[in-house]
Amino acid sequence: MDAILLQILNGLDKGGAYALIALGLTLVFGTLGVVNFAHGAIFMLGAFCAVSINALLKLEQVVLDPTQTTAWGTPLEIRTPYIESWLGEWGTLLIQYSVPISILFAIPVMLLIGLVMERGLIQFFYKRPHADQILVTFGLAIILQEIIKEIFGANPIPQSAPPLVAGSVSITETIVYPYWRIVYLFFSLTLISGVFAFLRFTTFGMVVRAGMQDRETVGLLGINIERRFTIVFGVATVVAGLAGVMYTPILPPDYHMGMDFLVLSFVVVVVGGMGSLGGAVSAGFLLGILQSFASMNEVNSILPGIDQIIIYLVAVVILLVRPRGLMGRKGVMED
Amino acid sequence: MFGISKINDIMLLVAFAAIILAGPIILEPIGASYPDLLQKFAIFGIFAIGFNILFGLTGYLSFGHAAFLGVGSYAAVWSFKLLSMNAIPAIAIAVVLSGLFALAIGYVSLRRAGIYFSILTLAFAQMSYNLAYSVLTPITNGETGLRVLRTDPRYLDVMFGADVGAAQPTTNFFGIEMTGWPGFYFCGIVLIAAFAFSIVIFRSPFGMTLRAIKSNQNRMGYTGFNSRPYLMSAFIISGMYAGLAGSLLAVTDPLAGAERMQWTASGEVVLMTILGGAGTLLGPVLGAGIIKYFENIFSAFNESVLNSLFEFMPEDVRHVVVEVAGLFVGDGWHLTLGVLFMIVVIFLPGGLMEGAMRVLRIKHSPKVTNIGKSPQRDIVGEGAIEENLDDRVRTAPARSKPTG
Amino acid sequence: MNNAVLSIHDVHKSFAGLHALSNINLDIRESESHAIIGPNGAGKSTLLNVCVGRLAPTRGTVLFDGTELTGKHPFEINQLGVARVFQTPEIFEDLTVIENVMIPMFSRRDRSFGLNIHSRFDEQTEIQSESVQVLADLGLGDHLAHLTNSLSRGDKRRLELAMCLVQHPKLLLLDEPTAGMARADTNATIELLKRIKATGITIVIIEHDMHVVFSLADRITVLAGGTIIAQGTPDEIKGNPKVVEAYLGEETV
Ligand SMILES: Nc1ncnc2c1ncn2[C@@H]1O[C@H](COP(=O)(O)OP(=O)(O)O)[C@@H](O)[C@H]1O
Ligand SMILES: [Mg+2]
Repeated sequence: MDAILLQILNGLDKGGAYALIALGLTLVFGTLGVVNFAHGAIFMLGAFCAVSINALLKLEQVVLDPTQTTAWGTPLEIRTPYIESWLGEWGTLLIQYSVPISILFAIPVMLLIGLVMERGLIQFFYKRPHADQILVTFGLAIILQEIIKEIFGANPIPQSAPPLVAGSVSITETIVYPYWRIVYLFFSLTLISGVFAFLRFTTFGMVVRAGMQDRETVGLLGINIERRFTIVFGVATVVAGLAGVMYTPILPPDYHMGMDFLVLSFVVVVVGGMGSLGGAVSAGFLLGILQSFASMNEVNSILPGIDQIIIYLVAVVILLVRPRGLMGRKGVMED
Repeated sequence: MFGISKINDIMLLVAFAAIILAGPIILEPIGASYPDLLQKFAIFGIFAIGFNILFGLTGYLSFGHAAFLGVGSYAAVWSFKLLSMNAIPAIAIAVVLSGLFALAIGYVSLRRAGIYFSILTLAFAQMSYNLAYSVLTPITNGETGLRVLRTDPRYLDVMFGADVGAAQPTTNFFGIEMTGWPGFYFCGIVLIAAFAFSIVIFRSPFGMTLRAIKSNQNRMGYTGFNSRPYLMSAFIISGMYAGLAGSLLAVTDPLAGAERMQWTASGEVVLMTILGGAGTLLGPVLGAGIIKYFENIFSAFNESVLNSLFEFMPEDVRHVVVEVAGLFVGDGWHLTLGVLFMIVVIFLPGGLMEGAMRVLRIKHSPKVTNIGKSPQRDIVGEGAIEENLDDRVRTAPARSKPTG
Repeated sequence: MNNAVLSIHDVHKSFAGLHALSNINLDIRESESHAIIGPNGAGKSTLLNVCVGRLAPTRGTVLFDGTELTGKHPFEINQLGVARVFQTPEIFEDLTVIENVMIPMFSRRDRSFGLNIHSRFDEQTEIQSESVQVLADLGLGDHLAHLTNSLSRGDKRRLELAMCLVQHPKLLLLDEPTAGMARADTNATIELLKRIKATGITIVIIEHDMHVVFSLADRITVLAGGTIIAQGTPDEIKGNPKVVEAYLGEETV
């Protein structure tokens, strides 16, 4: 029983990340009609926002202390981050809280990236076939990840959670669960609710939802959807970016994490039902949990390697028996 | 009436064969005349020709073709290990196995069209890649990669009385060692055969049917065609081409690793095809050659080479230029690939073949505005490219089509 | 009616609550030309969509030559001998005119699938000469090697008709074949359809132009709001007050 609970908990944070990425994918696809293969790279960029902020805060000042010498006889170098020498303990605190701080930084940065991407590239592909959209965003994804590789190197860069939530909590006697994963779960739920509330309760959101149902009609009403879609793209970018920022203490980011998550998130979208926001979210969590179950030793000893392919298998089964996905609208992709 | 006759095609094939066989001489001036590189041209040419049979003719964009390449390589190396160092059984087994693999993946993926198909193929390729690294390690030898050992059984070779285990085995074609120039000529001849078969497919009623599916799959149904088996055949043929290419990789260098199945490798063959011109006969081969040539050059560059290259510049400027150029060469080749990708899609959707055609017959060659519906003819053909811009309004994808 | 080629029995079709068709009972007799008329949105195209397998009816059955069509794929229905011209031409935009017409003939020869790799497309002389003939017949003889997207709207309609005719269908469904055509073109189409009719093909035609309807139709069915409001010979329909009412303000008969 405990084992099951633990696996469910373990799956939730990964599921949260899938859900957040898939949400943006399906939102952009449903409104702009664009398949964005660079959406995983955006998640990765978000993660590297956190890495950058952390590195910036940790920039060190080197002072030579002539009174002490190293084993080599040279004066001892004392390294202190600038921020600590300026702000003292507050500086240390800032470094420790670099991940949450990165969020404040990542929102405008990701929004900017999203807007630039949409205005500078995506908008020219609205009228081109999906194949072209896939190809151009695929190229962009490669470029983004290679740039990150040039700057940050190929190795994963671990980030730590703030000390307040760095430890683990014992839920039952056998279940020890890191605080940060709980934080991530609540964070993703909050973000998801935020997006849903935004779409449900604002006029803007209403237009967007109407656009997802029937773009042409909304266009005929004289509403400038193009501009709204730019904002939608920006929102999707921010959501994926923040998902990346917060994920860094769970998975040390590296340059190719984007593609790994993108493929799985696409599968999540297909399983949930293309164009269904609720489907994307529930399928995200569902597949996250499934994956975590599949990686249990008990399961793996019976079906070796099942954790590697479980998500794909589920997708295949779903496509065969229920092509429109779990929550897709009837008639969509059924012919 | 059709612009392209049998004679045209035979001439095209003869010219193609002549260029391939004379490749070592023709490519001498650009410094590409050595067997290792020319083998790569030929092998990736085959890979791209096969990819083009699927994408160029049907418009179905597969993002998982590297999986078939990988399967072909593994199958070939196993054939070297278990049967014989002869290339023929290795190739035969690789082609058959990758065909079966394509059948399995195609059965599921082809239930969907458009982006769903792309996503599914990408997912399957990732899954294969993951499996090759994990559970299938007994077959793939995981990260180390699968290689030929002196101690392998090689039952066929033993049966024919070869002295197995005496020396480090090398691949051969009935005694001719598949390294150096013989290796290239072997690959070159297979390439010519592969090209000939693609001409046959392009010109056959089957090929025309595939084009019709690309043009209007809906209509095909009301015209009495069941598109699924057509697409399935194209997918399997295309997968077998990839398996063939994979087996040749193993023939020229008998080892196979999972990185061959990675999504970047799938992306590379897409780029080769669209760079040359999807839907054209020669384009994919041209694209493969160009990509592999520049990969070779760019990967070899390093800072000192760049410095000597930009020697004519003043010190400070040179420093900056070298720094920037350094991003794109050496390990940065993938960045160049990504940039090239975007440039082709944005500025040259018809690929180089279409570009060349526009230069050659300036008046009658309208611009191709997207890849999804790229030109279907060749420079040797009628040059029929769509005259009008594709002005269809964006159709909302998450909605059933309005009926009318 | 036992000589019915197509019998539509108790067909209903609703789109998320909208009843596009309700309680449709209709028999199309062998070799007749049957016109379906009615105001826009009456459900005429929807009815054809149900017949060719594009839409599944919510309820009811469609029989063609005694074979149940509901649940069949469009290609199976076409293989049985039903061909359709759409309201907006559905042709192969990237192919040439002659190719557009030859392709449908392959599905007659090879049924729904044929792996024809051994021969060349341009050496299928029989198929080619018949295509040329049909195209010349329809006045498209000058466009054989042209890409279809250079054709006029009227020519595209004619091309789609040619694509159907080469298949020698038993039943030809036409959805507004003259919409958007100039008078002269319309008259030419009427003549053409009369010739087709003379070959004995059963024709169902949806048409707004009453001149076309009365020149061709043996019987007429009037659809309004998804139900059949009248049926009969042209003379009966002309005098039917219900029809006039349905059309009032919609069309001038
Ligand atoms: N695929 C569909 N989804 C929803 N509503 C549809 C669909 N196809 C047709 N309709 C509706 O059904 C009704 C009948 O349409 P149609 O058969 O096209 O009329 P017409 O008689 O003009 O050909 C219309 O109200 C139309 O909006
Ligand atoms: Mg209609």
